[in-house]
Amino acid sequence: MSTNVLRVEDVTMQFGGVVAVDNLSLEVNEGEIVALIGPNGAGKTTAFNCITGVYEPTNGRVSFYGKELVESYPHGRMKKTYIGENGGRYTKRVVPTPDKITKAGIARTFQNIRLFSSMTVFENVLIAKHMRAKQNLLTATFRLNHAEEKRMREETLELLKMQHLDHLKDEIAGSLPYGIQRRLEIARALATEPKLLLLDEPAAGMNPQETQELADFIRQIRDEYKLTIFIIEHHMDLVMQISDRLYVLDFGKLLAQGTPEEIQNDQRVIDAYLGVSEDA
Amino acid sequence: MGKKRNMILGALLLLAAILAIVILEKQLPPTHIALMVLKKGCIYSLVAVSMNLLNGFTGLFSLGQAGFMLVGAYAYAVLTIPVEARGSVYMYFDGGIINFSVPMLVGLLASGLAALLFAWLIGLPVLRLKSDYLAIATLGFAEIIRAFFQWDKLGVITNGSNMLRKYPTFNSTLFPFIASAICIGIIVLMIHSSYGRAFRAIRDDEVAAEAMGINLAKHKRMSFCVSSFFAGIGGGLLAMYQGSIQAAAFKSAMTYEILLIVVIGGLGSVTGSCIASFLFIASSEWWLRFLDSEMTIGNFKVPFLRAGFRKVVFSVIIMLIVLFARKGIMGDHEFSIDGICRFFRNLGKKKEVKS
Repeated sequence: MSTNVLRVEDVTMQFGGVVAVDNLSLEVNEGEIVALIGPNGAGKTTAFNCITGVYEPTNGRVSFYGKELVESYPHGRMKKTYIGENGGRYTKRVVPTPDKITKAGIARTFQNIRLFSSMTVFENVLIAKHMRAKQNLLTATFRLNHAEEKRMREETLELLKMQHLDHLKDEIAGSLPYGIQRRLEIARALATEPKLLLLDEPAAGMNPQETQELADFIRQIRDEYKLTIFIIEHHMDLVMQISDRLYVLDFGKLLAQGTPEEIQNDQRVIDAYLGVSEDA
Repeated sequence: MGKKRNMILGALLLLAAILAIVILEKQLPPTHIALMVLKKGCIYSLVAVSMNLLNGFTGLFSLGQAGFMLVGAYAYAVLTIPVEARGSVYMYFDGGIINFSVPMLVGLLASGLAALLFAWLIGLPVLRLKSDYLAIATLGFAEIIRAFFQWDKLGVITNGSNMLRKYPTFNSTLFPFIASAICIGIIVLMIHSSYGRAFRAIRDDEVAAEAMGINLAKHKRMSFCVSSFFAGIGGGLLAMYQGSIQAAAFKSAMTYEILLIVVIGGLGSVTGSCIASFLFIASSEWWLRFLDSEMTIGNFKVPFLRAGFRKVVFSVIIMLIVLFARKGIMGDHEFSIDGICRFFRNLGKKKEVKS
């Protein structure tokens, strides 16, 4: 049994009276590619946002390599209006900002690409190196960190070469074609030296050819960088092809989990995606 | 090779500018308007660049610049008034409670540090706000500071609403030029460092910047404090330039002037801010002066020309710039030697048209 990387326990995210993620528990183990699927509005991206610190979950806990990363319980006004489960189980509030979570080793990409669009490809990746640098404002301003800056630049160039983006390094990121922006976003996430990579619909807007290339690419980076990958995706061929295990989310609740074969034959999943006729 | 050449050319340009200033000072009477414009232009360049760091590079829309300049100006004046002159300056407050004075350069540094301290304190609550709300909050802060410094109870330090004067000033135009150049140089170095990149990342996309491990609160505060530090020094220099200061002069109109300079020069362009501040000061104080006096050509009396008309024309020019050149003079590009070389090379190519 390989080590557990990400463990999500009883995570509930409630906005006003709407429960977007309802008591979600899941696990991702080292070296796996795990997919989170579900119909539109099922709460997949919200779940990602809870893991990466964009939202503070209303209730529940997220651990990373056995260490607690995020924990919260209903507090303030939510104390009265909370309608989720496991209300009294969690009693601590640990709410790091997204940058702390990235520093811990979880990197992510976004559903709608979020590059630094006025900066060059090289700078986009170089930014990710800022986090782990030892410099401070004074040493950086007066170039006392010369060696470190040089190392950051070399590592960035190295990464761009490995991702075959080095010929574009001086292009402005916002002017690149869509497919390359996607790849750049993944490259940028890799530059933060993550152990776990969260991909939010990486194949959105890609044609079948590009999707196939992406599938190979995801496998390749997992092996090259010894990553664990957790992915949200709509393209079923992609998901079924690359993932070791799947979680299916519907209306915020976990509907099913299992290997691709199991999920493909699960009647509840098929119903959730295709809908059930009420008079049947 | 290109880098070395650029550095040499840059140094030569700087030397030429200093030489030009020295010659101008020798040739013109010391009160000539050109020298005034140069001095004030240098100071405004510094303040505009510091505001550009915040508004153009970090994407924080702050309107507190006049407030930080005021803090800087007062810190400089209060600390540097000679002990023997304090009696006459603080005549309503028994000579004030400060009975020491520091040298000019220490005072200038203190003006920056004082502004930085205020910025740090104000940044704690204010930097949680975004866009327009941040602008409103910082504008409010600047107004509060202005009232606060005129408060009677603080008169022993700030001289209440009375003027502060008799502190050391500069005579030479070189002083504000060199002081501003050093400060702008430091800002440029910072913008091109890893932190500058982080600031620009925050401007482009806060959520993504955070996902890249950039601590938003820390970096925003950093940018805010650095910007205020240099605004404070700009305020100190302005105090020196004017010879006497009064809190009532640091109105929000001053912030708007600087904001205009930043926008005209181009958000995110340091050289744009510098060029724009000289143009702005020159046209508002000098080149458009003729519009204020009546003029007759032969028997024809030119209509409209009277005191105050200058401001009307000036406003129209600014409106035209905002309407037709929304990105300002430089956009987000920088004025560089390479750029000029490229420009001339392209000109040459167009003439030759060889394949």
